[in-house]
Amino acid sequence: MEKIRIGCGAGFSGDRLEPALILTEKGDLDYLVLECLAERTIALAQKRKQQDPNSGYDVLLERRIEGLLPLLLQHHTRLITNMGAANPVAGAKKILEIAQKLRLKVKVAVVLGDDVFDQLSGEELSLEGAKSLNSYGKLISANAYLGVDAILPALATDAQIILTGRLADPSLFLAPMIHELGWSKENADLMGKGTVLGHLMECAGQITGGYFADPVTKPVPDMDILGHPILDVYRDGSGIISKVEGTGGLINTQTAKEQLLYEVLDPGNYFTPDVVADFRSVRFEEIGPNELRVTGGSGKSQPETLKVSVGYQAGWIGEGEISYAGAHALERAKLAGEIIQKRIGDRFDEFRVDYIGLSSLHGESLSQDSASYEIRLRIAGKSRDKALAQLVGEEVEALYTNGPAGGGGARKYLHEVLGVVSILMNRNQILPAIQVFES
Amino acid sequence: MSQKLADIAHSRAGDKGNTLVLSLFPLDEKDFPLLAEKVTAEKVNQHLSHQLKGSVTRHEIPEMHALLFTCENALASGVTTSLAMDAHGKSLSYALLEMEI
Repeated sequence: MEKIRIGCGAGFSGDRLEPALILTEKGDLDYLVLECLAERTIALAQKRKQQDPNSGYDVLLERRIEGLLPLLLQHHTRLITNMGAANPVAGAKKILEIAQKLRLKVKVAVVLGDDVFDQLSGEELSLEGAKSLNSYGKLISANAYLGVDAILPALATDAQIILTGRLADPSLFLAPMIHELGWSKENADLMGKGTVLGHLMECAGQITGGYFADPVTKPVPDMDILGHPILDVYRDGSGIISKVEGTGGLINTQTAKEQLLYEVLDPGNYFTPDVVADFRSVRFEEIGPNELRVTGGSGKSQPETLKVSVGYQAGWIGEGEISYAGAHALERAKLAGEIIQKRIGDRFDEFRVDYIGLSSLHGESLSQDSASYEIRLRIAGKSRDKALAQLVGEEVEALYTNGPAGGGGARKYLHEVLGVVSILMNRNQILPAIQVFES
Repeated sequence: MSQKLADIAHSRAGDKGNTLVLSLFPLDEKDFPLLAEKVTAEKVNQHLSHQLKGSVTRHEIPEMHALLFTCENALASGVTTSLAMDAHGKSLSYALLEMEI
């Protein structure tokens, strides 16, 4: 083909449902990508799978597929998504079940091989702290970031849906480019250019003005109906980013620059399983309203190692919040904070007192002159002991009667903490495979 | 006359583990030399000293009128285990924009 057209309908697991429906219906897409898997999302999914072997795929898979499946088949759009999470096989079976319910026929190709938990010894050293994995706590998952090598065999089948687990986000986009445009994986320059385009797309609404918008300096129209992006990719590795007519949002050089450098540690060396991409020569050109041409970017050889995200049990976080307003609001909130600190603070591995409205996000040094009418006290404590973590919220709630005066709106939260650290693994130790399911 | 970065620049925060990445761009491209001169790695480290516990590296991409600050050991252990309100550090782009120049 001379060009292919790819939409990105979700940029994280909790993303809105309807942009993908609009893209599939009106976007004239060859491929729809849904990127739904963050570092911790897969560890959480592994935990669900341990409790129930039929779960462990994305929690929104059912709702997303129910709406999308008829549209995908009608418009001959193939779906590539990492919603398989920790259990792509169970996810594929769920998709077939939905298809049967809707009286539709569908073929799903599942990409396997990212789960490398059985290969861990626990003695591996983490990239973050150079400490052995076992020293972090009980290990619960290990998923390698697979690249296009893993997904291309699935594209070579005639499956309408490609369901994966952990895969590098840009690879979800680069794979159909290679498959359709006749690119060679040995061509590092094209791998770099395609990775640039994939990286621009992977966070969906972030390039169409979402995470970008500021009503004072960077206003974006109609954000309540924010459209998600469409990418036309050409054989030379250039692309055009646009969105469906009539959707909200904004695509221009500014939104693209912010997204290009998002989560990039070094713009000259962006590591994926497929290539080390160089973003510094990327050029943007506004060729129409919400239409942006992307050229440039390059790549160097494929890395020898793949990154592996390792999940471990990190205990519990308990939180409590309560609000104060009017005269002496901050003084009363601070007194409340001191009371809790004295009562339970030293029993925790980590303990934190925040004043929402003053210093909970940026600390106190940047907010010295701002006096808020309202202050919300927030206390958080981390512990291996669930009951102790729970005590944080209980103690904050008990401020209702035990004072100080005028505390309102107490809330308490408790959640289990899954930590994630990374290791590198030699790529020839990791063997991707595919499996095809048909309704 | 002193002004805030927020008046002349825009920024986005991203995270990778315990590393914070802040991009910085002029709202008007003619202000890029001013940003490049004033917003040094040392100045960013100093300005966000309450948050940053490691080194700051500045990458310059003049063709794109962009600066990128890679801040190590910056997110109280990282999104998965941090006790902070904003464990990702997503709001920290606006902490950078509070800098006076």
